Amino acid sequence: MDDLNQYQPFEVDQHLTAHGNYWAGRAGSRFYRALRDRRRILGSPCRNCRKVFWPPRSICTFCFSELREMVEIGPLGTVETFTLVTYAEPVHPRPAPFIYAVIRLDGADTGMAHFLDEVEYERVHVGMRVRPVFAPQRKGNILDILYFKPL
Amino acid sequence: MKRNVAIVGGGQTYHRARRHDVDQAEMVNEAVRAALKDAGMTMDEMDMVVLGNMEFFEGTHMTDCWLVHATGAYGRQGLKITTGGTVGATVVCAGAHLVASGLCDRVLCIGFEKQEEGDTGAILSGVANPLWGRSMAGAAVGYFAMMGSSYMAAWGAKEEHSAMVAVKARQNARKNKYAHLKLDITVEDVLNSRMLAWPIRMLDMCPASNGACAVILADDKTAKDRCRKPVWIRAMETAHNEQFELDWRDVKTKRPIFSKVCAGRIYGRLGVSDPKTYFDVFEIYEPATWAELVWYEDLGLCGPGEGFRLIEEGKTNIDGPIPVNPSGGVLSTNCIGASAMLRVWEAALQIRGDAGGHQVPKEVRRALTTAYGGTNWTVMIALSGALDD
Repeated sequence: MDDLNQYQPFEVDQHLTAHGNYWAGRAGSRFYRALRDRRRILGSPCRNCRKVFWPPRSICTFCFSELREMVEIGPLGTVETFTLVTYAEPVHPRPAPFIYAVIRLDGADTGMAHFLDEVEYERVHVGMRVRPVFAPQRKGNILDILYFKPL
Repeated sequence: MKRNVAIVGGGQTYHRARRHDVDQAEMVNEAVRAALKDAGMTMDEMDMVVLGNMEFFEGTHMTDCWLVHATGAYGRQGLKITTGGTVGATVVCAGAHLVASGLCDRVLCIGFEKQEEGDTGAILSGVANPLWGRSMAGAAVGYFAMMGSSYMAAWGAKEEHSAMVAVKARQNARKNKYAHLKLDITVEDVLNSRMLAWPIRMLDMCPASNGACAVILADDKTAKDRCRKPVWIRAMETAHNEQFELDWRDVKTKRPIFSKVCAGRIYGRLGVSDPKTYFDVFEIYEPATWAELVWYEDLGLCGPGEGFRLIEEGKTNIDGPIPVNPSGGVLSTNCIGASAMLRVWEAALQIRGDAGGHQVPKEVRRALTTAYGGTNWTVMIALSGALDD
Protein backbone atom coordinates (compact mmCIF):
# COMPACT_ATOMS: atom_id res chain seq x y z
CA MET A 1 0.00 0.00 0.00
CA ASP A 2 1.21 3.51 -0.81
CA ASP A 3 1.64 5.85 2.11
CA LEU A 4 -0.96 8.54 1.29
CA ASN A 5 1.05 11.20 3.10
CA GLN A 6 4.25 10.60 1.10
CA TYR A 7 5.01 12.16 -2.27
CA GLN A 8 7.95 13.64 -4.11
CA PRO A 9 7.29 17.33 -4.96
CA PHE A 10 7.13 17.72 -8.74
CA GLU A 11 7.93 20.82 -10.78
CA VAL A 12 6.37 21.64 -14.17
CA ASP A 13 8.60 23.89 -16.27
CA GLN A 14 6.95 27.15 -17.42
CA HIS A 15 7.99 29.62 -20.09
CA LEU A 16 6.30 32.80 -21.27
CA THR A 17 7.50 35.05 -24.07
CA ALA A 18 5.60 38.26 -24.73
CA HIS A 19 6.31 41.00 -27.23
CA GLY A 20 5.27 44.63 -26.99
CA ASN A 21 5.62 48.09 -28.45
CA TYR A 22 4.69 51.55 -27.25
CA TRP A 23 3.45 54.62 -29.09
CA ALA A 24 5.00 57.70 -27.55
CA GLY A 25 1.99 60.00 -27.74
CA ARG A 26 1.79 63.78 -28.07
CA ALA A 27 4.57 64.74 -25.67
CA GLY A 28 6.73 61.64 -26.15
CA SER A 29 6.68 61.85 -29.97
CA ARG A 30 7.85 65.45 -29.94
CA PHE A 31 10.49 64.66 -27.33
CA TYR A 32 12.01 61.76 -29.25
CA ARG A 33 11.99 63.52 -32.61
CA ALA A 34 13.77 66.53 -31.09
CA LEU A 35 16.30 64.27 -29.37
CA ARG A 36 16.97 62.08 -32.39
CA ASP A 37 16.95 64.74 -35.12
CA ARG A 38 18.28 67.82 -33.31
CA ARG A 39 19.92 66.60 -30.09
CA ARG A 40 17.55 68.85 -28.18
CA ILE A 41 15.94 67.86 -24.88
CA LEU A 42 12.35 69.01 -24.33
CA GLY A 43 10.37 69.40 -21.13
CA SER A 44 6.69 70.17 -20.50
CA PRO A 45 5.91 73.39 -18.64
CA CYS A 46 2.77 73.77 -16.54
CA ARG A 47 2.08 77.50 -16.43
CA ASN A 48 -0.45 76.98 -13.65
CA CYS A 49 1.96 75.18 -11.30
CA ARG A 50 5.11 76.93 -12.56
CA LYS A 51 6.78 73.56 -13.01
CA VAL A 52 8.66 72.07 -15.95
CA PHE A 53 8.47 68.28 -16.22
CA TRP A 54 11.26 66.04 -17.43
CA PRO A 55 10.44 63.54 -18.78
CA PRO A 56 7.72 65.50 -20.59
CA ARG A 57 4.02 64.70 -20.29
CA SER A 58 0.64 65.82 -21.63
CA ILE A 59 -1.13 66.20 -18.30
CA CYS A 60 0.10 68.02 -15.20
CA THR A 61 0.40 65.58 -12.31
CA PHE A 62 -0.35 68.30 -9.78
CA CYS A 63 -3.23 70.33 -11.24
CA PHE A 64 -4.57 68.02 -14.00
CA SER A 65 -4.13 70.73 -16.69
CA GLU A 66 -3.60 69.62 -20.26
CA LEU A 67 -0.04 70.49 -21.30
CA ARG A 68 0.42 71.32 -24.98
CA GLU A 69 3.53 73.48 -24.89
CA MET A 70 7.09 72.16 -24.82
CA VAL A 71 10.31 74.01 -23.99
CA GLU A 72 13.95 73.18 -24.45
CA ILE A 73 15.70 72.25 -21.21
CA GLY A 74 19.33 71.40 -20.32
CA PRO A 75 21.54 70.15 -21.77
CA LEU A 76 23.47 70.85 -18.56
CA GLY A 77 22.13 69.41 -15.33
CA THR A 78 22.77 68.62 -11.69
CA VAL A 79 23.10 65.30 -9.88
CA GLU A 80 20.31 64.99 -7.32
CA THR A 81 21.18 61.49 -6.04
CA PHE A 82 23.32 58.59 -7.21
CA THR A 83 24.49 55.04 -6.60
CA LEU A 84 27.17 52.63 -7.76
CA VAL A 85 25.65 49.36 -9.00
CA THR A 86 28.06 46.52 -8.19
CA TYR A 87 25.90 43.41 -8.63
CA ALA A 88 24.82 41.78 -11.87
CA GLU A 89 21.24 40.98 -12.96
CA PRO A 90 20.08 39.72 -16.36
CA VAL A 91 17.69 42.67 -16.59
CA HIS A 92 20.41 45.31 -16.04
CA PRO A 93 21.10 47.45 -19.09
CA ARG A 94 24.86 47.16 -18.53
CA PRO A 95 27.33 44.88 -16.80
CA ALA A 96 28.28 46.09 -13.30
CA PRO A 97 29.88 48.23 -12.08
CA PHE A 98 28.14 51.40 -13.30
CA ILE A 99 26.85 54.61 -11.78
CA TYR A 100 23.15 55.54 -11.83
CA ALA A 101 22.28 59.16 -11.06
CA VAL A 102 19.06 61.15 -10.94
CA ILE A 103 19.78 64.24 -12.99
CA ARG A 104 17.74 67.42 -12.98
CA LEU A 105 18.33 69.34 -16.18
CA ASP A 106 18.64 73.12 -16.04
CA GLY A 107 15.19 74.58 -16.57
CA ALA A 108 13.36 71.45 -15.29
CA ASP A 109 11.81 70.87 -11.88
CA THR A 110 11.96 67.08 -11.93
CA GLY A 111 14.88 64.70 -12.34
CA MET A 112 15.28 61.44 -14.23
CA ALA A 113 17.63 58.48 -13.76
CA HIS A 114 20.45 57.99 -16.26
CA PHE A 115 24.01 56.72 -16.41
CA LEU A 116 26.95 58.77 -15.18
CA ASP A 117 30.28 57.88 -16.85
CA GLU A 118 33.78 59.24 -17.35
CA VAL A 119 34.10 59.94 -13.65
CA GLU A 120 35.71 58.29 -10.63
CA TYR A 121 32.94 57.13 -8.31
CA GLU A 122 34.70 58.81 -5.35
CA ARG A 123 34.34 62.19 -7.07
CA VAL A 124 30.56 61.93 -7.60
CA HIS A 125 28.49 64.08 -5.25
CA VAL A 126 24.97 65.50 -4.98
CA GLY A 127 25.03 68.84 -6.72
CA MET A 128 27.67 67.79 -9.24
CA ARG A 129 27.25 69.56 -12.57
CA VAL A 130 26.97 67.27 -15.60
CA ARG A 131 26.34 67.32 -19.33
CA PRO A 132 24.90 64.70 -21.71
CA VAL A 133 26.88 62.73 -24.27
CA PHE A 134 24.66 61.98 -27.28
CA ALA A 135 24.90 58.80 -29.35
CA PRO A 136 26.37 59.46 -32.80
CA GLN A 137 23.59 57.35 -34.42
CA ARG A 138 20.38 58.20 -32.60
CA LYS A 139 17.34 55.94 -32.89
CA GLY A 140 14.68 57.68 -30.81
CA ASN A 141 15.33 55.99 -27.48
CA ILE A 142 16.31 57.38 -24.09
CA LEU A 143 19.75 55.87 -24.75
CA ASP A 144 20.17 58.43 -27.54
CA ILE A 145 21.67 60.16 -24.52
CA LEU A 146 24.45 57.59 -23.99
CA TYR A 147 25.25 58.92 -20.52
CA PHE A 148 26.02 62.06 -18.57
CA LYS A 149 29.52 63.14 -17.56
CA PRO A 150 30.94 65.87 -15.35
CA LEU A 151 31.54 69.33 -16.85
CA MET B 1 -27.42 48.62 -0.43
CA LYS B 2 -26.83 50.86 2.57
CA ARG B 3 -26.87 53.97 0.38
CA ASN B 4 -28.13 54.47 -3.13
CA VAL B 5 -25.52 54.72 -5.87
CA ALA B 6 -25.99 56.67 -9.10
CA ILE B 7 -24.04 56.95 -12.32
CA VAL B 8 -23.79 60.74 -12.63
CA GLY B 9 -21.55 60.90 -15.65
CA GLY B 10 -19.41 58.97 -18.05
CA GLY B 11 -17.45 59.04 -21.23
CA GLN B 12 -15.49 56.97 -23.68
CA THR B 13 -12.85 57.30 -26.35
CA TYR B 14 -13.37 56.45 -29.99
CA HIS B 15 -12.36 52.80 -30.21
CA ARG B 16 -9.89 51.82 -32.89
CA ALA B 17 -7.47 49.09 -33.92
CA ARG B 18 -4.73 51.73 -34.01
CA ARG B 19 -4.19 54.74 -31.76
CA HIS B 20 -0.75 55.87 -32.84
CA ASP B 21 -1.57 59.47 -31.97
CA VAL B 22 -1.64 58.97 -28.19
CA ASP B 23 0.25 57.06 -25.54
CA GLN B 24 -1.60 55.03 -22.92
CA ALA B 25 -1.79 57.96 -20.51
CA GLU B 26 -3.22 60.32 -23.11
CA MET B 27 -5.79 57.74 -24.21
CA VAL B 28 -6.98 57.11 -20.65
CA ASN B 29 -7.09 60.84 -20.03
CA GLU B 30 -9.48 61.32 -22.98
CA ALA B 31 -12.08 59.12 -21.27
CA VAL B 32 -11.53 60.72 -17.86
CA ARG B 33 -12.01 64.23 -19.25
CA ALA B 34 -15.09 63.11 -21.18
CA ALA B 35 -16.61 61.67 -17.99
CA LEU B 36 -15.84 64.77 -15.91
CA LYS B 37 -17.30 66.98 -18.62
CA ASP B 38 -20.44 64.85 -18.86
CA ALA B 39 -20.89 65.01 -15.08
CA GLY B 40 -20.04 68.72 -14.90
CA MET B 41 -17.48 67.95 -12.20
CA THR B 42 -13.78 68.52 -11.62
CA MET B 43 -11.08 66.08 -10.61
CA ASP B 44 -10.87 67.78 -7.20
CA GLU B 45 -14.41 66.58 -6.45
CA MET B 46 -13.46 62.91 -6.79
CA ASP B 47 -12.90 61.13 -3.47
CA MET B 48 -11.30 58.10 -5.05
CA VAL B 49 -10.11 56.69 -8.36
CA VAL B 50 -10.61 53.01 -9.22
CA LEU B 51 -8.63 51.92 -12.27
CA GLY B 52 -8.78 48.64 -14.15
CA ASN B 53 -7.10 46.97 -17.09
CA MET B 54 -5.99 43.45 -17.92
CA GLU B 55 -2.43 43.39 -16.63
CA PHE B 56 0.18 43.24 -19.39
CA PHE B 57 -2.32 43.13 -22.29
CA GLU B 58 -0.60 46.33 -23.43
CA GLY B 59 2.82 45.33 -22.16
CA THR B 60 2.64 47.35 -18.97
CA HIS B 61 2.22 46.60 -15.29
CA MET B 62 1.24 48.78 -12.31
CA THR B 63 -0.66 51.23 -14.47
CA ASP B 64 -2.24 52.63 -11.30
CA CYS B 65 1.21 54.03 -10.46
CA TRP B 66 2.53 55.44 -13.67
CA LEU B 67 -0.81 56.69 -15.07
CA VAL B 68 -1.61 58.81 -11.99
CA HIS B 69 -1.32 62.08 -13.90
CA ALA B 70 -3.73 60.80 -16.56
CA THR B 71 -6.27 59.19 -14.22
CA GLY B 72 -6.17 62.13 -11.82
CA ALA B 73 -5.31 59.73 -9.00
CA TYR B 74 -2.20 61.62 -7.86
CA GLY B 75 -2.42 62.06 -4.08
CA ARG B 76 -5.96 60.66 -3.96
CA GLN B 77 -7.30 57.39 -2.62
CA GLY B 78 -7.08 54.74 -5.29
CA LEU B 79 -7.57 51.08 -6.11
CA LYS B 80 -6.41 48.96 -9.03
CA ILE B 81 -8.46 45.99 -10.24
CA THR B 82 -7.74 43.20 -12.72
CA THR B 83 -10.32 40.46 -13.32
CA GLY B 84 -9.93 39.57 -17.00
CA GLY B 85 -12.83 40.43 -19.29
CA THR B 86 -14.92 41.56 -16.36
CA VAL B 87 -12.43 44.26 -15.28
CA GLY B 88 -14.59 47.23 -16.19
CA ALA B 89 -17.68 45.85 -14.46
CA THR B 90 -15.69 44.81 -11.40
CA VAL B 91 -14.33 48.36 -11.22
CA VAL B 92 -17.91 49.67 -11.22
CA CYS B 93 -18.85 47.14 -8.51
CA ALA B 94 -15.91 48.25 -6.37
CA GLY B 95 -16.82 51.91 -6.90
CA ALA B 96 -20.45 51.17 -6.03
CA HIS B 97 -19.34 49.38 -2.84
CA LEU B 98 -17.36 52.46 -1.86
CA VAL B 99 -20.33 54.78 -2.35
CA ALA B 100 -22.95 52.39 -0.95
CA SER B 101 -20.92 51.85 2.21
CA GLY B 102 -20.48 55.57 2.79
CA LEU B 103 -16.69 55.48 2.44
CA CYS B 104 -16.88 57.81 -0.57
CA ASP B 105 -19.43 60.21 -2.05
CA ARG B 106 -17.92 60.42 -5.53
CA VAL B 107 -15.80 57.77 -7.21
CA LEU B 108 -14.17 57.92 -10.62
CA CYS B 109 -14.12 54.48 -12.28
CA ILE B 110 -11.83 53.88 -15.26
CA GLY B 111 -11.26 50.90 -17.55
CA PHE B 112 -8.90 50.83 -20.51
CA GLU B 113 -6.83 48.71 -22.83
CA LYS B 114 -4.39 49.61 -25.59
CA GLN B 115 -4.33 46.16 -27.05
CA GLU B 116 -2.15 46.89 -30.07
CA GLU B 117 0.84 47.40 -27.77
CA GLY B 118 0.89 44.02 -26.05
CA ASP B 119 0.90 40.31 -26.65
CA THR B 120 -2.55 39.26 -25.52
CA GLY B 121 -2.19 35.66 -26.74
CA ALA B 122 0.96 35.17 -24.65
CA ILE B 123 -0.56 36.79 -21.60
CA LEU B 124 -3.75 34.72 -21.95
CA SER B 125 -1.60 31.58 -21.78
CA GLY B 126 -0.62 32.84 -18.34
CA VAL B 127 -4.31 32.96 -17.43
CA ALA B 128 -4.58 29.23 -18.14
CA ASN B 129 -4.04 26.81 -15.28
CA PRO B 130 -0.25 26.33 -15.07
CA LEU B 131 -0.45 22.58 -14.53
CA TRP B 132 -3.20 21.53 -16.91
CA GLY B 133 -3.93 24.36 -19.31
CA ARG B 134 -0.87 26.39 -20.16
CA SER B 135 0.83 23.95 -22.51
CA MET B 136 -2.44 23.66 -24.46
CA ALA B 137 -3.41 27.34 -24.30
CA GLY B 138 -4.41 29.07 -27.50
CA ALA B 139 -6.08 32.34 -26.52
CA ALA B 140 -9.85 32.83 -26.53
CA VAL B 141 -11.07 31.46 -29.86
CA GLY B 142 -10.92 27.78 -28.86
CA TYR B 143 -13.19 28.21 -25.88
CA PHE B 144 -15.94 29.73 -27.98
CA ALA B 145 -15.41 27.23 -30.78
CA MET B 146 -16.12 24.40 -28.31
CA MET B 147 -19.15 26.30 -27.05
CA GLY B 148 -20.43 26.69 -30.61
CA SER B 149 -19.98 23.07 -31.66
CA SER B 150 -21.59 21.86 -28.45
CA TYR B 151 -24.48 24.30 -28.90
CA MET B 152 -25.18 23.14 -32.46
CA ALA B 153 -25.01 19.46 -31.48
CA ALA B 154 -27.30 19.98 -28.51
CA TRP B 155 -30.00 22.16 -30.02
CA GLY B 156 -29.79 21.84 -33.78
CA ALA B 157 -28.71 25.41 -34.40
CA LYS B 158 -26.80 26.16 -37.60
CA GLU B 159 -23.75 28.27 -38.35
CA GLU B 160 -26.16 30.75 -39.95
CA HIS B 161 -27.52 31.53 -36.49
CA SER B 162 -24.17 32.65 -35.13
CA ALA B 163 -23.67 34.62 -38.34
CA MET B 164 -26.95 36.45 -37.62
CA VAL B 165 -25.49 37.56 -34.28
CA ALA B 166 -22.35 38.81 -36.06
CA VAL B 167 -24.48 40.82 -38.50
CA LYS B 168 -26.69 42.32 -35.77
CA ALA B 169 -23.65 43.43 -33.78
CA ARG B 170 -21.83 45.13 -36.64
CA GLN B 171 -24.98 46.72 -38.08
CA ASN B 172 -25.71 48.16 -34.61
CA ALA B 173 -22.09 49.33 -34.38
CA ARG B 174 -22.64 51.36 -37.54
CA LYS B 175 -25.13 53.44 -35.55
CA ASN B 176 -22.62 53.99 -32.69
CA LYS B 177 -20.04 56.68 -33.43
CA TYR B 178 -17.60 55.29 -30.85
CA ALA B 179 -17.67 51.64 -32.01
CA HIS B 180 -14.67 49.96 -33.62
CA LEU B 181 -15.99 47.46 -36.20
CA LYS B 182 -18.70 49.26 -38.13
CA LEU B 183 -19.24 46.71 -40.85
CA ASP B 184 -22.04 46.67 -43.38
CA ILE B 185 -22.11 42.87 -43.59
CA THR B 186 -24.55 40.08 -44.34
CA VAL B 187 -24.90 36.49 -43.13
CA GLU B 188 -23.13 35.37 -46.32
CA ASP B 189 -20.18 37.67 -45.55
CA VAL B 190 -19.83 36.08 -42.13
CA LEU B 191 -20.02 32.54 -43.49
CA ASN B 192 -17.44 33.44 -46.14
CA SER B 193 -15.01 34.95 -43.66
CA ARG B 194 -11.86 33.02 -42.74
CA MET B 195 -12.34 29.96 -40.54
CA LEU B 196 -10.34 30.26 -37.32
CA ALA B 197 -11.43 27.19 -35.34
CA TRP B 198 -14.63 25.50 -36.44
CA PRO B 199 -17.30 26.83 -36.16
CA ILE B 200 -15.71 30.19 -35.29
CA ARG B 201 -14.88 32.39 -38.26
CA MET B 202 -13.13 35.73 -38.31
CA LEU B 203 -16.42 37.67 -38.18
CA ASP B 204 -17.67 35.51 -35.28
CA MET B 205 -15.00 37.04 -33.03
CA CYS B 206 -14.50 40.40 -31.36
CA PRO B 207 -11.69 42.69 -32.53
CA ALA B 208 -8.67 43.70 -30.46
CA SER B 209 -9.44 47.36 -29.76
CA ASN B 210 -7.73 50.31 -28.16
CA GLY B 211 -9.94 52.43 -25.97
CA ALA B 212 -10.99 53.63 -22.55
CA CYS B 213 -14.20 54.27 -20.65
CA ALA B 214 -14.82 56.17 -17.41
CA VAL B 215 -17.92 56.56 -15.25
CA ILE B 216 -18.50 58.64 -12.15
CA LEU B 217 -20.52 57.13 -9.31
CA ALA B 218 -22.08 59.24 -6.59
CA ASP B 219 -24.30 59.12 -3.55
CA ASP B 220 -27.95 60.22 -3.36
CA LYS B 221 -27.21 63.78 -2.37
CA THR B 222 -24.62 64.44 -5.05
CA ALA B 223 -26.83 62.81 -7.66
CA LYS B 224 -29.88 64.87 -6.70
CA ASP B 225 -27.97 68.16 -6.34
CA ARG B 226 -25.71 67.86 -9.34
CA CYS B 227 -27.11 65.47 -11.93
CA ARG B 228 -30.01 66.06 -14.26
CA LYS B 229 -30.34 62.41 -15.30
CA PRO B 230 -28.86 60.09 -12.69
CA VAL B 231 -28.96 56.38 -13.50
CA TRP B 232 -29.24 54.19 -10.42
CA ILE B 233 -27.36 50.99 -9.73
CA ARG B 234 -30.15 48.82 -8.36
CA ALA B 235 -28.34 45.52 -7.87
CA MET B 236 -24.99 43.86 -8.53
CA GLU B 237 -24.03 40.22 -8.50
CA THR B 238 -20.85 38.29 -9.11
CA ALA B 239 -20.14 34.55 -9.37
CA HIS B 240 -17.10 32.45 -10.10
CA ASN B 241 -16.79 29.21 -12.02
CA GLU B 242 -13.78 26.99 -12.43
CA GLN B 243 -11.61 27.42 -15.44
CA PHE B 244 -12.37 26.02 -18.85
CA GLU B 245 -9.87 23.17 -18.75
CA LEU B 246 -11.42 21.90 -15.57
CA ASP B 247 -15.05 22.77 -16.23
CA TRP B 248 -15.83 23.39 -19.86
CA ARG B 249 -19.14 24.91 -20.85
CA ASP B 250 -21.48 22.04 -21.78
CA VAL B 251 -24.61 23.88 -22.88
CA LYS B 252 -26.88 21.06 -21.71
CA THR B 253 -25.39 20.71 -18.28
CA LYS B 254 -27.77 20.50 -15.36
CA ARG B 255 -25.13 21.78 -12.93
CA PRO B 256 -25.30 25.39 -11.78
CA ILE B 257 -23.48 27.55 -14.32
CA PHE B 258 -21.83 30.81 -13.29
CA SER B 259 -23.95 33.03 -15.49
CA LYS B 260 -27.24 31.30 -14.59
CA VAL B 261 -26.46 31.41 -10.89
CA CYS B 262 -25.53 35.06 -11.13
CA ALA B 263 -28.72 35.88 -13.05
CA GLY B 264 -30.83 33.94 -10.56
CA ARG B 265 -29.37 35.90 -7.68
CA ILE B 266 -29.77 39.33 -9.25
CA TYR B 267 -33.35 38.55 -10.30
CA GLY B 268 -34.03 37.41 -6.76
CA ARG B 269 -32.77 40.69 -5.33
CA LEU B 270 -34.98 42.71 -7.68
CA GLY B 271 -38.01 40.40 -7.63
CA VAL B 272 -37.78 39.74 -11.37
CA SER B 273 -39.94 36.91 -12.67
CA ASP B 274 -39.76 37.62 -16.40
CA PRO B 275 -36.45 39.32 -17.27
CA LYS B 276 -37.35 39.93 -20.93
CA THR B 277 -40.23 42.17 -19.93
CA TYR B 278 -38.73 43.55 -16.71
CA PHE B 279 -35.65 44.94 -18.48
CA ASP B 280 -36.02 47.20 -21.50
CA VAL B 281 -32.51 46.69 -22.85
CA PHE B 282 -29.56 44.35 -22.31
CA GLU B 283 -25.87 45.08 -22.76
CA ILE B 284 -24.14 41.72 -22.50
CA TYR B 285 -20.57 40.50 -22.81
CA GLU B 286 -20.26 38.52 -26.05
CA PRO B 287 -16.66 38.24 -27.30
CA ALA B 288 -17.94 35.61 -29.79
CA THR B 289 -21.28 35.13 -31.52
CA TRP B 290 -22.13 31.82 -29.84
CA ALA B 291 -21.68 33.41 -26.43
CA GLU B 292 -24.60 35.73 -27.15
CA LEU B 293 -26.95 32.81 -27.88
CA VAL B 294 -25.88 31.07 -24.68
CA TRP B 295 -26.37 34.31 -22.73
CA TYR B 296 -29.99 34.55 -23.96
CA GLU B 297 -30.65 31.18 -22.34
CA ASP B 298 -28.58 31.74 -19.20
CA LEU B 299 -30.38 35.04 -18.63
CA GLY B 300 -33.75 33.36 -19.06
CA LEU B 301 -34.77 35.47 -22.06
CA CYS B 302 -35.93 32.15 -23.54
CA GLY B 303 -35.85 28.50 -22.61
CA PRO B 304 -32.83 26.21 -22.96
CA GLY B 305 -32.08 25.54 -26.62
CA GLU B 306 -34.23 28.45 -27.81
CA GLY B 307 -31.56 31.16 -27.99
CA PHE B 308 -30.98 30.72 -31.71
CA ARG B 309 -34.70 31.18 -32.33
CA LEU B 310 -34.57 34.63 -30.73
CA ILE B 311 -31.93 35.85 -33.18
CA GLU B 312 -33.69 34.09 -36.08
CA GLU B 313 -36.93 35.93 -35.28
CA GLY B 314 -35.16 39.27 -34.81
CA LYS B 315 -36.39 39.53 -31.22
CA THR B 316 -33.07 40.96 -29.98
CA ASN B 317 -32.66 43.55 -32.73
CA ILE B 318 -32.32 47.19 -31.75
CA ASP B 319 -36.01 47.69 -32.60
CA GLY B 320 -37.10 44.27 -31.35
CA PRO B 321 -38.97 43.51 -28.13
CA ILE B 322 -35.75 42.41 -26.30
CA PRO B 323 -32.96 44.67 -27.59
CA VAL B 324 -29.55 43.14 -26.87
CA ASN B 325 -26.38 45.16 -27.42
CA PRO B 326 -27.69 48.11 -29.43
CA SER B 327 -24.17 49.56 -29.05
CA GLY B 328 -22.69 46.79 -31.19
CA GLY B 329 -21.37 45.07 -28.09
CA VAL B 330 -18.05 43.39 -27.49
CA LEU B 331 -18.24 41.79 -30.94
CA SER B 332 -17.76 45.27 -32.37
CA THR B 333 -15.48 46.83 -29.74
CA ASN B 334 -13.24 44.94 -27.33
CA CYS B 335 -10.76 47.07 -25.44
CA ILE B 336 -10.71 44.45 -22.69
CA GLY B 337 -10.39 46.55 -19.52
CA ALA B 338 -13.00 48.99 -20.84
CA SER B 339 -15.39 46.47 -22.44
CA ALA B 340 -17.38 45.49 -19.36
CA MET B 341 -17.59 49.12 -18.23
CA LEU B 342 -18.84 50.04 -21.70
CA ARG B 343 -21.75 47.65 -21.14
CA VAL B 344 -22.69 49.61 -18.01
CA TRP B 345 -22.12 53.03 -19.57
CA GLU B 346 -24.00 52.12 -22.75
CA ALA B 347 -26.92 50.84 -20.67
CA ALA B 348 -26.87 54.10 -18.68
CA LEU B 349 -26.93 56.10 -21.92
CA GLN B 350 -29.97 54.10 -23.06
CA ILE B 351 -31.81 54.92 -19.81
CA ARG B 352 -30.84 58.60 -20.11
CA GLY B 353 -32.01 58.58 -23.72
CA ASP B 354 -28.56 59.81 -24.75
CA ALA B 355 -27.35 56.88 -26.86
CA GLY B 356 -27.77 58.90 -30.05
CA GLY B 357 -27.86 56.85 -33.25
CA HIS B 358 -28.21 53.55 -31.41
CA GLN B 359 -30.87 54.63 -28.92
CA VAL B 360 -33.49 51.88 -28.83
CA PRO B 361 -36.83 53.14 -30.18
CA LYS B 362 -38.88 52.64 -27.01
CA GLU B 363 -38.97 53.87 -23.42
CA VAL B 364 -35.99 52.53 -21.48
CA ARG B 365 -36.52 52.42 -17.72
CA ARG B 366 -34.41 49.45 -16.75
CA ALA B 367 -31.32 47.73 -18.13
CA LEU B 368 -29.23 44.69 -17.33
CA THR B 369 -25.51 44.41 -18.06
CA THR B 370 -23.31 41.35 -17.92
CA ALA B 371 -19.63 40.52 -18.17
CA TYR B 372 -17.44 37.52 -17.99
CA GLY B 373 -13.73 37.02 -17.97
CA GLY B 374 -11.12 34.45 -18.88
CA THR B 375 -11.37 32.86 -15.48
CA ASN B 376 -15.16 32.65 -15.75
CA TRP B 377 -15.74 35.42 -13.28
CA THR B 378 -19.23 36.76 -13.98
CA VAL B 379 -20.42 40.23 -13.04
CA MET B 380 -23.95 41.58 -13.54
CA ILE B 381 -25.25 45.06 -12.85
CA ALA B 382 -28.90 46.17 -13.04
CA LEU B 383 -29.71 49.84 -13.66
CA SER B 384 -32.84 51.96 -13.59
CA GLY B 385 -33.75 55.56 -14.26
CA ALA B 386 -35.90 55.92 -11.15
CA LEU B 387 -35.20 54.72 -7.63
CA ASP B 388 -38.79 53.66 -7.05
CA ASP B 389 -38.99 51.65 -10.25
